Amino acid sequence: MKNTNSVDTKAIAEKYLEEIKVLVDQPYTVMEVCGTHTVAIAKNALRDLLPSQLRLVSGPGCPVCVTDSKDIDRFLYLAAQPNVITATFGDMMRVPGSRKSLQILKSEGADIRIVYSTLDALDLARKNPDKEVVFLGVGFETTVPTVAVSIEQAEKEGIKNYSVLSMHKLVPPVLKALAEDPETQVDGFLDPGHACAIIGSKALEFMAKDYNMPGVVTGFDGLDILEGLVMLLRQRKEGRCEIEIQYQKVVKPEGNLAAQAIINKIFEPVDAYFRGLGLIPKGGLGLRKEYAEWDAGVKFALPEFESKEIPGCRCGNVLKGQISPLECPLFARKCTPLTPVGPCMVSSEGSCAAYYRYAQRSVK
Amino acid sequence: MERIIMAHGSGGRLSHQLVQDLFQKYLGNDYLNQMNDATILPGSTKLALTTDSFVVNPIFFRGGDIGKLAVCGTINDLSVTGARPRYLSLAVILEEGFLIEDLERIVQSIAETSQKAGVPIVCGDTKVVERGSADKIFINTTGVGFLQEHLVGPEYIQPGDYLLISGTIGDHGIAILADREGLEFGTPVVSDCAPLNHLIESFYGPGVRCMRDPTRGGVGTTLNEIARQAKVSIVLEEESLPLNPGVEGACGMLGLDPLYLANEGKVLAVVAPEAVEEVLAKMKAHPLGEQAAVIGRIGEKDPGLVLLKTPLGGKRVVGMLEGEHLPRIC
Amino acid sequence: MCLAIPARVLKIEDMMAEVDMMGNKRTVGTHLVPEVQVGDYVLVHAGFAIEIVDQEYAKETEELLVEEAMAREKY
Repeated sequence: MKNTNSVDTKAIAEKYLEEIKVLVDQPYTVMEVCGTHTVAIAKNALRDLLPSQLRLVSGPGCPVCVTDSKDIDRFLYLAAQPNVITATFGDMMRVPGSRKSLQILKSEGADIRIVYSTLDALDLARKNPDKEVVFLGVGFETTVPTVAVSIEQAEKEGIKNYSVLSMHKLVPPVLKALAEDPETQVDGFLDPGHACAIIGSKALEFMAKDYNMPGVVTGFDGLDILEGLVMLLRQRKEGRCEIEIQYQKVVKPEGNLAAQAIINKIFEPVDAYFRGLGLIPKGGLGLRKEYAEWDAGVKFALPEFESKEIPGCRCGNVLKGQISPLECPLFARKCTPLTPVGPCMVSSEGSCAAYYRYAQRSVK
Repeated sequence: MERIIMAHGSGGRLSHQLVQDLFQKYLGNDYLNQMNDATILPGSTKLALTTDSFVVNPIFFRGGDIGKLAVCGTINDLSVTGARPRYLSLAVILEEGFLIEDLERIVQSIAETSQKAGVPIVCGDTKVVERGSADKIFINTTGVGFLQEHLVGPEYIQPGDYLLISGTIGDHGIAILADREGLEFGTPVVSDCAPLNHLIESFYGPGVRCMRDPTRGGVGTTLNEIARQAKVSIVLEEESLPLNPGVEGACGMLGLDPLYLANEGKVLAVVAPEAVEEVLAKMKAHPLGEQAAVIGRIGEKDPGLVLLKTPLGGKRVVGMLEGEHLPRIC
Repeated sequence: MCLAIPARVLKIEDMMAEVDMMGNKRTVGTHLVPEVQVGDYVLVHAGFAIEIVDQEYAKETEELLVEEAMAREKY
């Protein structure tokens, strides 16, 4: 997106906002799928600037939010084992399981390290040959190839004390589930820019073709998002239903083939539980049998835990875009970032956390 | 919660709760409850007293070290309270095995900084603990200063006042992270650690209502404290926030927000409208204030609320730092 | 779900590239963009380059980001 300076940013934004106002002569509901979009919209206070007939709802593209409670309990169990170094992205530290969280386990002495890359986790394994390093694999297709590379690398070098607990999820199957759910009332989608950089916009074309749901693959600046919204609204005006790319500098229709290849080499689709949404067929990724040596789920005898539903928690409805966080009775009362009840508040990019942090009090 | 977690030390909401619910509960008195950067004590000349402990890791970082930090931190707490810093105490806890040549480097740095600021160390203490019971070196400094005629504090803030900052934000926070093990990125960013007493002296006067140094928890947390204490609202302009390109890039890379990163050489000042031009000019005339800017305004609706106006024109809330400032990839 | 920012590739050695992000230097994996060359702009996520950015767009973006940042500093 071209900006020449911050004055132009405002001018361009105003131009888009004007067009949006004209195009929303009838109500339109947009679901932004990606957690990073949720945060970008909140940080830019876009809801303040958009007409009220344009409803923005947040979808299930927050990988931390949709990690099922039994998966959380599994990795907390593993993290508490002596001799295990748990390597994780910062995003997972505060997520509560039935009883504790990584943060609390760390204060109790568990060896838990925040890493910025799976290569750092692999390095931990090299440097600590007498310990088991487990990397917590959370994230959609943007992150999965980076995890796959670390496993491929571990195999090449014969590193045996590194493994991944895969809780990875896929974007197309969960979008499909939303499209097939009669309760979903969305007119169009802002599709995740970076996930689509990997899988390509073609991977989402079924939404337009089979379910008549248009989408625009959008970037993460305030202006990118406004442009994506304009493109969606123009589709309605012109009677089109397509998957378009706004984020052209990075997203191609075919995506990143090298990344797709390595995902397919190491992982295969498996059924997965999305918290709040239930079982999504082939909605997750598991390591292929050939890589069982690096699969923490196979390597360690992990007990089975039960999915726990938290009484009163409406995260499921929020994740499906059916209600806004403000409509959840627990929001900002029992459920706050310091005392989160459900995943949407725990994750820094959950809808509820984004609302709480940036837009809780009315600013108009 | 049963145990202390790292977030209790981040300067955000949990830190505040710990102080309120535990320390103030048992120790609270009119002096302690002032809860400002330094406490004002009665006497024939009004004194300001403050104390701070320094446990930073790494102990040597770009632009400074734990010794320099220990001197600046305490001097600055006194200066922003409107006091002229006069004397410092220095207490050191050393871990068995700590290299004496590192200690010497630190002590030299303390001496240099103290001399530059014109605030001598007048008493001290040293202890040694067994290997593993401390992380190389912990330092505590306590400082005393004399208040000036003109008093400052949150109680003097008025709606309509302007918010100024003496320079770029987030530099110290990034400089520290860059040298931490496991991160290792080359950055041009250097800690802004500096004693502010001379800078503050150059613009201090009627018209300055309140000052703070936004250390742990960053500008975001500090402004929430001010808004709460003064019972006003604050509106920040995102475009006016001075930010080093290096800090911006590093924050983008790590998923951090510069508003919550520590600063060790910056002063936030709330200034009466008629004095803004003069105060800004004086800040900019000083080497430590070259990038000073007006970054916001004090309002009266919604007391306690801190808002940020984005370049696109929307307004979003800037809350207190919740928990630890954790890096994200998502 | 994806914080990623553009960076310029300065050096490539053994599948790892040294990249520059507004002055900050970092080493990232190039396994996902095997065709990358020195001087290219890449999108960096979780320590890896995940896509090559259209050069024109990226350079403009970086220049503008830096320009904007400089302009902000001078107030």
